Amino acid sequence: MSAKFDLNDNGVVVVIGSGAGGGVLSNELAQKGIKVVCLEAGGRHLPQDYQNDEWASFGQISWLDARTTSGDWRVSKDFSGLPSWIVKAVGGSTTHWAGASLRFQEHEFKVKTVYGDVAGASLLDWPIGLSEMEPWYAKAEKNLGVTRTNGIPGLPGNNNYKVFEAGAKNLGYKNVHTGRMAINSEPRDGRTNCQQAGFCFQGCKFGAKWSSAYSDIPKGEATGNLEVRTHAQVLKIEHDAKGKVTGVIYADKDGNQQMQKARIVAVAGNSIESPRLLLNSASSMFPDGLANSSGQVGKNYMRHMTASMYAVFPKPVRFWRGTTMAGIITDESIHDPSRGFVGGYELETLALGVPFMAAFLDPGAWGRSFTSAMDMYENMAGLWIVGEDMPQETNAVTLNNDVKDQYGLPAPNVHFSDHPNDIAMRNHAWGQAKKLYDSVGATRTYPTPPYPSTHNLGTNRMSAKPRDGVVNKWGQTHDIDNLFVSDGSQFTTGAAENPTLTIVALAMRQADYIAKEMAARTI
Amino acid sequence: METITSSKGISRRELLKRCMVVGAGLAVGTGFVAGSTAAWAMETKHVTPKEMATLIRMARDVYPHNHIPDEYYARAMKGYDSADSKSSVAEGVQILNKLAQEKGYTDYLSASWEDDRIEMLKSIEDSSFFQTVRGNLITGLYNQKEVWPLFGYEGESYSKGGYINRGYNDINWV
Repeated sequence: MSAKFDLNDNGVVVVIGSGAGGGVLSNELAQKGIKVVCLEAGGRHLPQDYQNDEWASFGQISWLDARTTSGDWRVSKDFSGLPSWIVKAVGGSTTHWAGASLRFQEHEFKVKTVYGDVAGASLLDWPIGLSEMEPWYAKAEKNLGVTRTNGIPGLPGNNNYKVFEAGAKNLGYKNVHTGRMAINSEPRDGRTNCQQAGFCFQGCKFGAKWSSAYSDIPKGEATGNLEVRTHAQVLKIEHDAKGKVTGVIYADKDGNQQMQKARIVAVAGNSIESPRLLLNSASSMFPDGLANSSGQVGKNYMRHMTASMYAVFPKPVRFWRGTTMAGIITDESIHDPSRGFVGGYELETLALGVPFMAAFLDPGAWGRSFTSAMDMYENMAGLWIVGEDMPQETNAVTLNNDVKDQYGLPAPNVHFSDHPNDIAMRNHAWGQAKKLYDSVGATRTYPTPPYPSTHNLGTNRMSAKPRDGVVNKWGQTHDIDNLFVSDGSQFTTGAAENPTLTIVALAMRQADYIAKEMAARTI
Repeated sequence: METITSSKGISRRELLKRCMVVGAGLAVGTGFVAGSTAAWAMETKHVTPKEMATLIRMARDVYPHNHIPDEYYARAMKGYDSADSKSSVAEGVQILNKLAQEKGYTDYLSASWEDDRIEMLKSIEDSSFFQTVRGNLITGLYNQKEVWPLFGYEGESYSKGGYINRGYNDINWV
């Protein structure tokens, strides 16, 4: 039964956000007997509420608060107020994630060492490595029920996968399969198996996909140690004269401001809101924002090098049917500078419905070139490209004092420009994807530009030395012992893999650390 | 949806008598625009029927799908028949007609070659009029559930149990 804690209870851990980071951290702490108040800005949407309708779902669950963009990325031109496509609801973006659950590779934790100096990139090694993460990855895979781990079979391939796999084999790729997916291939953990509905991004109405909304959060609530407050938007983190955080001020569902006291605060609002909250929490003691003695809060914003390739064939594919992203080629995710760039990328199957295809295939395009593509919608196959992008200090989330949100606080501005390495990698990937589809008989291919970001990373990065980043190897801020960051903004670098499994593994590891430190009374 | 069809009220023959064909596929009468076969008709209250017909023609020129009847473009443009849009529509249509006249046509609707109309639209594609119409069509046209089957798209699948027993892996040409 869900707990109820007093606003003046200064023994609780306040977790801000309930997604892959905050939702998992909240449950893990609650399981250890620690009292947790989880503040979620959105409402509680569950499978019965999700909609098999792209725009209706977008309006229902997306984070649509005021945001601005700058930089030379095309998103800033085509979707200037929508830098990211993430979720405001219990479960955060685990509501609409695709389910791809990949471990980082060993070299991806030490890219500065492996790649060397890359001009214009603020590369840094993680203060942790794969061997330290392995047990946590194992625990995360078990929790999420990742296919092809723990004896769980892979998902069956859909039509889009059939085309993808045939092309991969034609190109000589060795590692192609239906992915390591946090989508049940058989009933598990009280959830049914995938029904191939094709609406993974809109929230799985069958609940076959793991989401903290209906997995970890209710488990945490059942312990009696977790209270989730919905429609609770945190505005500011408070601290005392010693520089320790003491609680948070949030707007409740009626718009009234409340102060929740806390022993520890963990920020997990995704890589745009998390640094924004630290910056908006500036005080006379911390004029540049909390935990920002390094000046790195909000810097090094990463979004993965992404793109898509859609291809038209003489015969129908009907790629919207079935699991959206159950298909992967990992051969290109190696580090092989002979390709003209450092780092690597994954190729993953992807489909959009007619409404989103019209919006995203080639934003702004019109006329017969565009409509002749739409006319062949039924005969389309598609894939997504996701690779490591270079962190750059100039790519950053900052406060835009000219634009205020509904609470009167400065909106975040997201500035992003591609690094030359990102461009070289994208062009290589588009080339490979075109070859792949051409080999299966594509009559036309469409190199589609990046969508608003789903993988927002790096804006409170983890570093061994306090001067290089915001948090230490536990996600604990270098400056304030009882302030943690628990989402993808901790990432030192982005790796080629979809980030959720790593966010979950880090949250589990962090919960263990917090529990030990609390028991030892060091925080 | 305020599009009316001949089955409601007046017959197609009656409707046809009351209107004038203004360009391929479109006709206007007093207070309404219709398909030239009178398969559909739409009332206008704020903009003139001819202005609405011009917008519908423009919509098809921006996103031309030969297999999609005008009725769906008309539905996508219906929202411009409002007090708020009235003046910007009049202004936009005037610009289109002026461009048509420069090419020797009476107005945009009578510009019979698509290539000519596309040239006109190209010349104003950075204008807010064009960009507003184009941008709104992305949802106005492609988010009509009635249009989806014309692209083969099947829409929601939950009520039918997904595709696990309905062809998620049914292609055999690969």
